[in-house]
Amino acid sequence: MNPTDFTIRGALEALAEGIVTSEALTAAHLEAIEALNPRLNAFITVTAEKALEAARASDKRRAGGVAGKLEGIPLAIKDLFCTAGTRTTAASRILGEFVPPYESTVTANLLRDGAVFLGKVNLDEFAMGSSNATSAFGEVENPWKRGNDDGTRLVPGGSSGGSAAAVAARLAMGATATDTGGSIRQPAAFCGIAGIKPTYGRCSRWGVVAFASSLDTPGPVARSVEDCAILLESMSGHDPKDSTSANQPVPDFAAACARGVKGLRIGVPREYRLEGMPEEIEALWQQGLDWLRAEGAEIVDISLPHTKYALPTYYIVAPAEASSNLARYDGVRYGIRRDGEDLKDLYERTRAAGFGDEVKRRIMIGTYVLSAGYYDAYYVKAQQVRALIKRDFDQAFAKVDAIVTPATPSAAFAAGEKQDDPVAMYLNDVFTVTANLAGIPGMTVPAGYDRQSLPLGLQVLGKAFDEETVFAVSSVIERAAGLTKLPQVRAFA
Amino acid sequence: MSLDLKTVRRVASLARLHLEEGEDQRLQAELNGILGWIEQLQAVDTTGVEPLSGAGGTAMPMREDVVTDGGQAEAVLANAPDRAGAFFAVPKVVE
Amino acid sequence: MSYTIEGETGPWELVIGLEVHAQVTSNAKLFSGAATEFGAEPNSQVSFVDAGFPGMLPVINRECVAQAVRTGLGLNAQVNPWSRFDRKNYFYADLPQGYQISQYQFPIVGTGQITIELADGSTREIGITRLHLEQDAGKSLHDQHPSKSYIDLNRSGVALMEIVSEPDMRSPEEAGAYLTKLRQILRYLGTCDGNMEQGSLRADVNVSVRKAGEGFRTRCEVKNVNSIRFVMQAVEAEARRQIEVWESGGTVDQETRLFDTTRGVTRSMRSKEDAHDYRYFPDPDLPPLVVDPSWIEELKAGLPELPDARRTRYVNEFGLSAYDASVLVAEKETAAFYEEVAAGRDPKVAANWVMGDFFAMLNRMGKGIEDSPVTAQHLGALLDLIADKTLSGKMAKEVLEAMGETGKPPGTIVEERGLRQVTDTGAIEAAVDAILAANPDKIAQYREKPTLFGWFVGQVMKAMKGQGNPALVNEVLKAKLGG
Repeated sequence: MNPTDFTIRGALEALAEGIVTSEALTAAHLEAIEALNPRLNAFITVTAEKALEAARASDKRRAGGVAGKLEGIPLAIKDLFCTAGTRTTAASRILGEFVPPYESTVTANLLRDGAVFLGKVNLDEFAMGSSNATSAFGEVENPWKRGNDDGTRLVPGGSSGGSAAAVAARLAMGATATDTGGSIRQPAAFCGIAGIKPTYGRCSRWGVVAFASSLDTPGPVARSVEDCAILLESMSGHDPKDSTSANQPVPDFAAACARGVKGLRIGVPREYRLEGMPEEIEALWQQGLDWLRAEGAEIVDISLPHTKYALPTYYIVAPAEASSNLARYDGVRYGIRRDGEDLKDLYERTRAAGFGDEVKRRIMIGTYVLSAGYYDAYYVKAQQVRALIKRDFDQAFAKVDAIVTPATPSAAFAAGEKQDDPVAMYLNDVFTVTANLAGIPGMTVPAGYDRQSLPLGLQVLGKAFDEETVFAVSSVIERAAGLTKLPQVRAFA
Repeated sequence: MSLDLKTVRRVASLARLHLEEGEDQRLQAELNGILGWIEQLQAVDTTGVEPLSGAGGTAMPMREDVVTDGGQAEAVLANAPDRAGAFFAVPKVVE
Repeated sequence: MSYTIEGETGPWELVIGLEVHAQVTSNAKLFSGAATEFGAEPNSQVSFVDAGFPGMLPVINRECVAQAVRTGLGLNAQVNPWSRFDRKNYFYADLPQGYQISQYQFPIVGTGQITIELADGSTREIGITRLHLEQDAGKSLHDQHPSKSYIDLNRSGVALMEIVSEPDMRSPEEAGAYLTKLRQILRYLGTCDGNMEQGSLRADVNVSVRKAGEGFRTRCEVKNVNSIRFVMQAVEAEARRQIEVWESGGTVDQETRLFDTTRGVTRSMRSKEDAHDYRYFPDPDLPPLVVDPSWIEELKAGLPELPDARRTRYVNEFGLSAYDASVLVAEKETAAFYEEVAAGRDPKVAANWVMGDFFAMLNRMGKGIEDSPVTAQHLGALLDLIADKTLSGKMAKEVLEAMGETGKPPGTIVEERGLRQVTDTGAIEAAVDAILAANPDKIAQYREKPTLFGWFVGQVMKAMKGQGNPALVNEVLKAKLGG
């Protein structure tokens, strides 16, 4: 067994028993990164020296009898989290060589618990995208290949494509990610790993480069549901520096993974049955429900009537907030600058040079929908529909404990596909975006494969601050599925 | 509602985005595609629905009135593309 | 008789409303923990929140909210238990986030009113439309370099209260009186230091003109006027300009103008591109601001006595004239000084001394009450020395002068200079006898001309080095001369 094959739970046990050291684990991952990153492009920045140093310090702590909850575990950090002293790019040209003088709350929590950071991983620029193609640092390759075709490069999904690809290819044991409309759950599904978008407010947004503040939710990706639970527990907690952080106790998420689903009521929303959805996704969904039924859950048909309006609502709310959040990138205090005739010209040239096409598109949409004369027709309308979507979930959760749906409408697609039609690309998030609008937790759990042997995931949605039930349901699906296939591109393969 | 070129340019100016030759036309087509798709929201009856602006809490937490920050001009200025002593510098602004 | 400006076509009425930006008195900024002190080294009071760094988030300062509530209560206004912060989006070099966090749709304070006093003794009610909290911007310095502007973010994020009046004022005097009164209330409440030179208080003045009986005509906004005198001048200058425009057949355009203090005229601001499309929307980083009713009650209970109440008390309890009471309450510091002097003493005598010799002395010295060399305690002690006849009024003036120069208490000065008033009848009689004995010719003249009495008083006082009690000297002289 290679050290990169450990789950986080397994590695923690091996470390505790002295079978392996953090230095060895870290070195193995760095070696894998060196071998595979030139191809996968999952990492933007590798902090090898720092990582080894941190691993040795961790081993020393452990030897001294002090071990945090993640003591010695090598992780990848989405390059949207500010890391003190390490360049943070948001996968945009506009931040240039920006080095934050501060550490995001989530990464600080992980460091507090003994985690080792391998480096910063790729993403769609400012987390805007579903294929990782909008990164200024190049596309990321999905480590999975179609069964009969290992020549076609597939996308890892986005925006947390680097996080998902790195974890799937065993370049990291787990990674931080963020989810604004599906940016954790869609790439996790495409890369055959688990990922949870917790309740809004569960993980602090402080120090995470903002995309759409009312939707942005940090969370983990990992190769097992339990590993996600372990990571989320460390990342969570009330943060007085974030006014939207929830003052809620953090439960023992890992323990919840073993709860089972006996007696739980599982909702199946009829509106998630899309026309033209691939048969194997429909079949997988039914299979998942059967597994849950077999473990003692009751399956209940429910209705979330405003589901079809979630994406257009999202594409008003998210760009509106983004247009304002990204106004600070103006070439004055940090980041790149392009000179102009005057200050306005400097702003316009700096921002034109610094932002990619998708980011510009969304800034334009957001600026337009907030502008005088359109605000009520677009923004207020979207907020009202958002209220209705949340009401749908409130009513559903009065009847059920969790909701199970497909994670994505398709398996990973080929690089270059859907690039010309923004709306086709946006449809990737059709199943995931509702959870962001309602603020509820949602998890992707790998559950099967499509006919080309590409991974497919199911999504488990839960009540606000009830991630425990989400973990319980996801774990049952994970165990029942018992998946064994590995991505073709992986460490020491 | 569909955007004309003039509106595209005005929005770009509001957003401080310099448009290259022809970029306005490309954006016009893309934005109209997206806005056309968004238009379906108008079909939802939202009469009397209170807008939901965020998923956060119902009341903002408050901080005590204590000075806990600042005194770090060098760190604040360290990433600046242009500075003059302890000031940020930009092209002269005529008021 | 209401105020009008006479144009070629007859009299014009003025309609004036003020938007006042008042810097909230607090240790830290509205949404960050950086200090608010004036005059610090550039960018030394800046958190990464104030500088708009990636991932930074605002958390509101409780005291700034409390100050806004106190101010609302002081303006007799309704405090809204639920309010919200919006983002006002625009690009400017000293606006690091690219937006100002402000309260647009739902302000923390709603309608209220204040009473202003005019020179003729009349009063008027001026309506308050609203008060809201918002962030200040940084500062751009344009005169430090030939081709660059320099940016200092120390002010960025400092809490401001924007206080908007109804268009209820009708003359420059009323505008001045309103700002004076508002400043007074803020200073009494301790919610803004009212320092206009440092920019803690600045006013945007909305002015329009109309003929009697008309509705409102187009108004112009004169931005950032930083003294009460300039507000009055700007109102008049802008009104005269508009009258000229209307009377020459033109139309007044709604616009933003600046007051040129040296030339005494307003001029149009170079109209900003994209002006007035601020794309307000609720700040998604901030849940609603909820102010608990019990907290409002608590703040209300802790409010200090405000100038109107204090003035009424001075008139009713101290028996001061309305004018004297107004002068004494005008500044919080003066009122506090006066009350300390008056405590346990005759309040009218105290008022006369504070407003008379004491103010005159400060004026001569070019000092304010805050840096007065004479403390209220010392001035009170001086009044005690008059009351117990240690000093005559004239001597007391001399002692006060010396107190101003040295900062010493009156007792010490009396000791040092031997200035004790002589009330010993024997000593006075001896002095009178000596003068009478030396001037028999004058006594003869006095028989013919009783007005010479004053000459005798002067001689006696001179002989006694001014320390004789004037009343006793008079009494003894009268007895001896009258025989």
